[in-house]
Amino acid sequence: MAGEEHRAAASVRSETGMLLDARGLTKRFGDILANDRVDLAINKGEIHALLGENGAGKSTLVKMFYGSLEPDAGTISWQGKPVSINSPAEARALGIGMVFQHFSLFEALSVVENIALALSDAGDMKALARRIEEVSTDYGLPLDPNSIVADLPVGIRQRIEIVRCLLQEPQLIIMDEPTSVLTPQEADRLFLTLQRLASEGCAVLYISHRLEEVQRICHHATILRHGQFVSECDPSKETPASLARMMVGTEVVGVSLGAHQATGGTVRLGLSNLSAKASTPFATELRNINLNVRAGEVIAIAGVAGNGQGELFDAISGEMRVDNDMVRFDDVACGHKGVNWRRRKNAAFVPEERLGHGAVPGLKLSENIVLTRHSTRDGLTGAGFVSTTKAGELEQRIKKNYDVRMSHDDPEARSLSGGNLQKFVVGRELDRKPGVLVVNQPTWGVDAGAAALIRQALIDLAREGSAVLVISQDLDEIFEIADRIAVISRGYLSEPEDAHTMTRERIGLLMAGGAEENAGAA
Amino acid sequence: MRIELVKRKEHSGVMALLSPVIAVGSTLIAAALIFTLTGKDPALGLYKFFIEPLTDTWSLQEIVVKATPLVLIACGLAVCYLSNNWNIGAEGQFVFGAICGSFLPILIPDFANGATLPLMLVFGALGGAAWGLIPALLKTRFNTNEILTSLMLVYVAGLLLDYLVRGPWRDPGGYNFPESLIFSDAATLPVIGDGRMSISAPIAVLVVIVLAVVLAKTLKGFEIRVMGESPRAGSFAGFSSKRLTIFAFALAGALAGLAGTMEVSGSLNQLLPTISPGYGFTAIIVAFLGRLNPIGILIAGFVLALSYIGGEAVQASMGVSDKITSVIQGLLLFFVLACDTFILYRLRFVKSRKSAGVPEASHV
Repeated sequence: MAGEEHRAAASVRSETGMLLDARGLTKRFGDILANDRVDLAINKGEIHALLGENGAGKSTLVKMFYGSLEPDAGTISWQGKPVSINSPAEARALGIGMVFQHFSLFEALSVVENIALALSDAGDMKALARRIEEVSTDYGLPLDPNSIVADLPVGIRQRIEIVRCLLQEPQLIIMDEPTSVLTPQEADRLFLTLQRLASEGCAVLYISHRLEEVQRICHHATILRHGQFVSECDPSKETPASLARMMVGTEVVGVSLGAHQATGGTVRLGLSNLSAKASTPFATELRNINLNVRAGEVIAIAGVAGNGQGELFDAISGEMRVDNDMVRFDDVACGHKGVNWRRRKNAAFVPEERLGHGAVPGLKLSENIVLTRHSTRDGLTGAGFVSTTKAGELEQRIKKNYDVRMSHDDPEARSLSGGNLQKFVVGRELDRKPGVLVVNQPTWGVDAGAAALIRQALIDLAREGSAVLVISQDLDEIFEIADRIAVISRGYLSEPEDAHTMTRERIGLLMAGGAEENAGAA
Repeated sequence: MRIELVKRKEHSGVMALLSPVIAVGSTLIAAALIFTLTGKDPALGLYKFFIEPLTDTWSLQEIVVKATPLVLIACGLAVCYLSNNWNIGAEGQFVFGAICGSFLPILIPDFANGATLPLMLVFGALGGAAWGLIPALLKTRFNTNEILTSLMLVYVAGLLLDYLVRGPWRDPGGYNFPESLIFSDAATLPVIGDGRMSISAPIAVLVVIVLAVVLAKTLKGFEIRVMGESPRAGSFAGFSSKRLTIFAFALAGALAGLAGTMEVSGSLNQLLPTISPGYGFTAIIVAFLGRLNPIGILIAGFVLALSYIGGEAVQASMGVSDKITSVIQGLLLFFVLACDTFILYRLRFVKSRKSAGVPEASHV
């Protein structure tokens, strides 16, 4: 019988269980074709990976499924019937739920209040709280309905979003990069929940660029590149290299570490007993952080988002002042000094947020060079006036050396893609050949090509005798570039350990609180 | 059919220039509607309001007299608004500046020499700056909302002026009218020509030129623009938002105080209970209509000054309420702000989507 034939060939998927079938979806934003005739079919009970580099059009595609964007062309069928999904409310009514990469939770409200806000008919709060407890425990994601969101770590916040979806008894859950904020152990737990959901017949559309996890849990994968459908495959039959090739289109160039220096260089950045109270109820307190970054080495700080990375960065850059001898550049205490004083001591900083912190969206690139280099003796200012000529020269140089691509000369920062803007923001600092470089999330949301270029540049800088401190949530990146690895957890920093002897499991344990004991011992 | 606002990749230079023009055009149409609704001939109303004042020398001079304080105040406000400090209290800074600039000729009328006028202008500017510093310090120290505090101080300054001219500063030989002494010649700004125009007009032009250079070419101007758009990036650049708030309010207050002193010394020649037809508020419209750009403000100052003269003209010749001036000024601000949306967004008409429901915030 036909049905048996289908079952026999595992990689050929049954058409009878088709849940969602999208054909020829097209979406244009101005000059950019974000989705170009994309086909995607999801079966019932399937964990379906949507793979692609940043900017490949993954988010655009799922936003059309979730009703927050409207396709310019193409059709979506839901359980065999053509539908038009006009709003997220309609998507939820069909049985489509979504867990966003950036959470949409009110920090000052409790878990149950946040969930009630998203439900069309919340009903009695006490009954809802009981249901939340039941459902969350049942799926192995226990939640206390009455805790305030601001007090919860990111991993738990994600649970709230997931449980919010589950309460609506969806048939399809869309998850946008769910593990980017989780420790390896938390991610394992999430995978169990997803497998349980799939076994119950609920489909999961899983957006990720982490190939190992896709191979581990996904039944099927659709790959996008530059807004177009490239291929679909069974990820378990592929290798990470072959998947990466499909995503990127060419072989990804590996990063070369160069001569690995023995630790013994002079300390260029020293943090001693760095402590700082939380400035807002939603900030993290820094607790007694000690770290020496030596000439010639790259130290990476791993950690789940929101464990004090931003506060640590601000304390080192001088945007947050601390006691004077808590921060030292080349053995000069400067905890009281401002960011420009530290820049003149040959330090450079690249913050996590590109637009709005590292660069001003509405200013041209040349003006954004003035932003961090106006008082670094680069000749950008004289007698209070800004030299646009000099800024233009620097802009050309950075554009050429760091391969920043732009549609026309000297555009506003907001018009650049994430990867190009990051190359610019990192290039702007590397161009100064800084003695100490501190980078927060160097390749967050950057495509593989640009990421390799940036990582190589960081390593090269260190090998020329600078001290490089990288704060990152991406373990692959950390293992690729770091000489030593430390972990930050709830404002404590663990003793840095040699990258060769460090394992992912150990990092996971340190993330989950081990860093505190370790720091206490140090 | 549905209309969508789509964000542009970069801001549109064309729309930045067109927006005030479209706003003025829309205001004209709305003004014509208002004239029609009140039973007046719209064509005649528009002519009397917007064209006739431009046809004779007297009203042209009056336009310059009215544009001068507007331009001066708006220049200071532009620095505030560019740096994200919402100073709504220029009217109060204008009044308090005028009070501080006037105490010399009123309390020490015998001190009349070459130093009188410069000292008055300095005191006026310092007084305005001091009045502006109150909301600035409240904001930087206690995190108060500067919109509310600066606005409330307008009424405090107005009542203080009222008290002074009715009480201690009243002219003893003035038959109990609420007005101060007439200033001596040494305390009066030199007049240009035979009308009411004084050297305050060229001073305003000078301020416009200096501010245009500062904003476009200097590090201070860069700091102001960066802080306005992105305070976080500003602090990354090593700029202090508190210091800039104090600077912007002090500068705006000083310019408003200078304008107030020059208005009293040049046009009125004495303190009265009311010395401003709302210059400090109208200057907000001037600042935005002028794109927060000094040169644009110079042009916008004339447009708004025209609305004062035009309002008086239609009141006199057609019997329209003098509130028409405020209505038209308000409409103009409304249209400017609305049109400014199109600098960063463009309109798109969408046919297929049927839902009329409010779209949810997209997670971008």
